Amino acid sequence: MTARQQRMVLVLAVLLGVAGAAGLGLRAFQENLLYFYSTSQVMNGEVPVDRKFRLGGIVIDGSVERKPGSLEVRFVLTDTLTPIPVTYTGILPDLFREGQGIVAHGRMNDEGVFVADEVLAKHDENYMPPEVADSIKNAHYEGVKRQQAKDAGEGGVQ
Amino acid sequence: MTPELGHFALIMALGLAVLQSVLGLAGAYRNDIAWMQTSRTVAAGQFAFTLIAFTVLTAAFLGNDFSLLYVAQNSNTALPWPYRIAAVWGAHEGSLLLWILVLAGWTLAVVLRANRLPENFAARVIGVLGLISVGFLLFTLFTSNPFERLEIPPLNGRDLNPILQDPALAIHPPLLYFGYVGFAVPFAFALAALIGAEKDVAWARAVRPWTALAWLFLTVGITLGSWWAYYELGWGGWWFWDPVENASFMPWLIGTALIHSLAVTEKRGAFISWTVLLAIAAFSLSLLGTFLVRSGVLVSVHAFATDPARGVFILAFLATVVGGALVLYAIRAPQLPAGGGFKPWSRETFLLVNNVLLTVAAGAVLLGTLYPLFLDALNLGKISVGPPYFNAVFVPLMLLVLAAIAFGPITNWKRDDWRANVRTLKLPLVLSVAGIVVAIAITWGRGGVIVAIGTWLALWAIFAAFAEPVMRLRHRRDAGALKRIPLSSWGMSIAHFGLGISALGIVAVSAYGFERDAALVPGGDAVDFGGYSWQLEGLRNIRGSNFEGEEASLQVRRDGELLTTLQPQKRMYTTQRAAMTEAGIDARLDRDLYAALGEPLGDDAWSVRLQVKPLVRFIWLGGLLMALGGGIAAFDRRYRKPLKESVAATAAERAGANA
Repeated sequence: MTARQQRMVLVLAVLLGVAGAAGLGLRAFQENLLYFYSTSQVMNGEVPVDRKFRLGGIVIDGSVERKPGSLEVRFVLTDTLTPIPVTYTGILPDLFREGQGIVAHGRMNDEGVFVADEVLAKHDENYMPPEVADSIKNAHYEGVKRQQAKDAGEGGVQ
Repeated sequence: MTPELGHFALIMALGLAVLQSVLGLAGAYRNDIAWMQTSRTVAAGQFAFTLIAFTVLTAAFLGNDFSLLYVAQNSNTALPWPYRIAAVWGAHEGSLLLWILVLAGWTLAVVLRANRLPENFAARVIGVLGLISVGFLLFTLFTSNPFERLEIPPLNGRDLNPILQDPALAIHPPLLYFGYVGFAVPFAFALAALIGAEKDVAWARAVRPWTALAWLFLTVGITLGSWWAYYELGWGGWWFWDPVENASFMPWLIGTALIHSLAVTEKRGAFISWTVLLAIAAFSLSLLGTFLVRSGVLVSVHAFATDPARGVFILAFLATVVGGALVLYAIRAPQLPAGGGFKPWSRETFLLVNNVLLTVAAGAVLLGTLYPLFLDALNLGKISVGPPYFNAVFVPLMLLVLAAIAFGPITNWKRDDWRANVRTLKLPLVLSVAGIVVAIAITWGRGGVIVAIGTWLALWAIFAAFAEPVMRLRHRRDAGALKRIPLSSWGMSIAHFGLGISALGIVAVSAYGFERDAALVPGGDAVDFGGYSWQLEGLRNIRGSNFEGEEASLQVRRDGELLTTLQPQKRMYTTQRAAMTEAGIDARLDRDLYAALGEPLGDDAWSVRLQVKPLVRFIWLGGLLMALGGGIAAFDRRYRKPLKESVAATAAERAGANA
């Protein structure tokens, strides 16, 4: 081989390597994206089945239940419109509290319960995960719309 | 000292930074020695005024001057004084000021060593560094002034975020900044080379120790951050692929590539445009890292909307620096000299492989870090990219790095014979194979093929790390041969050894670590797991100056013999009403026993996370070894000789090699 051919082989090898790595990387990327859904979106069936996702909302006051002495805990998350029950076995983060916005990773089971394998709560007590803040805002608009529709419906009957 | 003095000093520093860049760049253009010399003096003055501003802010923290908004937001009279100093860089405004001080410090160091460089080149470097200062000073003064006053000062401050009240995290940001900002020096050198369309690559030699030092600080900073996350965040992970971590990891990867590419540029006069591009990329990623972490964009991309001035300035500044540098690159890169050729089996090829792998790795991290931010900013949905993605991309790339690392140092430039190289590495090969056989025997092969390959390659890198100095000794067995081995060779070997040690720790802790959440009752039954018996003896109340909480004592036994009593804590910081978990750890080189308190579960029980972490200390030990290697290499004798003389020597060497 001439020097030129050798260099071409080297360049091709590098290109192939990079392309292969990029292909593998993008596949891994696609497979490991975690999408965020609000509790209302879960109720509306917008969530893909058999795929892990992130669920966010506010922990409803008084909803946290524990079997005494066990690590299993149940609580209810809401975006203020739709409540969804969640179970988790393990240690909750330091900032997990009733009334606090949190995000959980996991999937839905057949009984409509979200089985979390990770629960995240961050920063200080005033902090609201941005996803949860957005979902509450959307739920508020949705709630106002329903109320208006209901009012309009009642008006029609009279 | 009144805070206004600090504000004034910052404005003075801005004036001097403008002067420094104009005198440096225009002086070099006009060949005006007086201007170029003055820009050096002005750079020293800029450092002095920045230092005054920083001192004033520090004094305000130590003196609890809550009339300053920034102090009121990040300190408290109950905060112990060392943390009041750390609080100076505990949030956005103060960390920018620290950034500027560190940049002025690096600039001063370059000025003090500038006599080694050609006059015009040095002036351009100082001018470019001045431009960066101007950008940051403008940003601070117009959008993030730490000296802003409150009309009605509060009686007490809101306290420092409890997460930051820890010795390791107190010095973590300054170390990272020394690293980030240190990459401004190779960046400035690269731009100076582009501006002058340098035919000579002497600058590559001159910039190597700077790059190694910046890399050293970044390495120590990242290592410390990982160690801190391990014991302070409470859950025993040492790397989370969190955007904040990625922000410092990307410049590290590119900086590592740059160190290796600079070797080719210095020794062979090749890869010049690529080296320049890497220098630009390393600093751009450092800027990106600074802004990602400190601007609030990670908490919410829409944070920009609440403070548009900051967001717009950041984006404009990034665009100017990166865009400007790339435009200059596009114009001037074709005028840079091309390097000599090389055969497919040569040291150049191995350094190229290193560069490709590290750059691809950095690109993958960049994609995983920024893509969710882009989608969110465009309202296209909220996603997150989990550790599985990063691991899937990273593990194969790093295995390749470990496989190739032994060959780079022992192959000749231009061309070599692979059979001869394999013969040189016979001993490491035999040792690593023996090592993996032993490892499989001990663990019964638990962990599978990838773990076995990972262990083998880590051992291979460890045993082969010192092959290069050993080869030098074999060639010349006379007295004094050991002394003639240059520091750069020792530095490289130690750093490669460190990488192998880290890799071994990572494989061991990932494959053979135990983790379990348990519900424990004080004085109750022991839990057997991971080969140990864990028993909660009791809990007691504790109280610090700004927190209160509970401390457990947890006895760990093996075969009935008491090994240690772990004392994990749960603290409640009173001012910020924030809970913090302090892990209880029994550390040994070969394993850590780790316990973190969860919460009361009712019926006196507490949730506790128990972990056994084999070889976890190797991860950080390896990081420190890598940094040590970088430091040793930076002090090689040839960087201290006058530049012309040492470059002439290399040119002669190169001519000799070609003959």
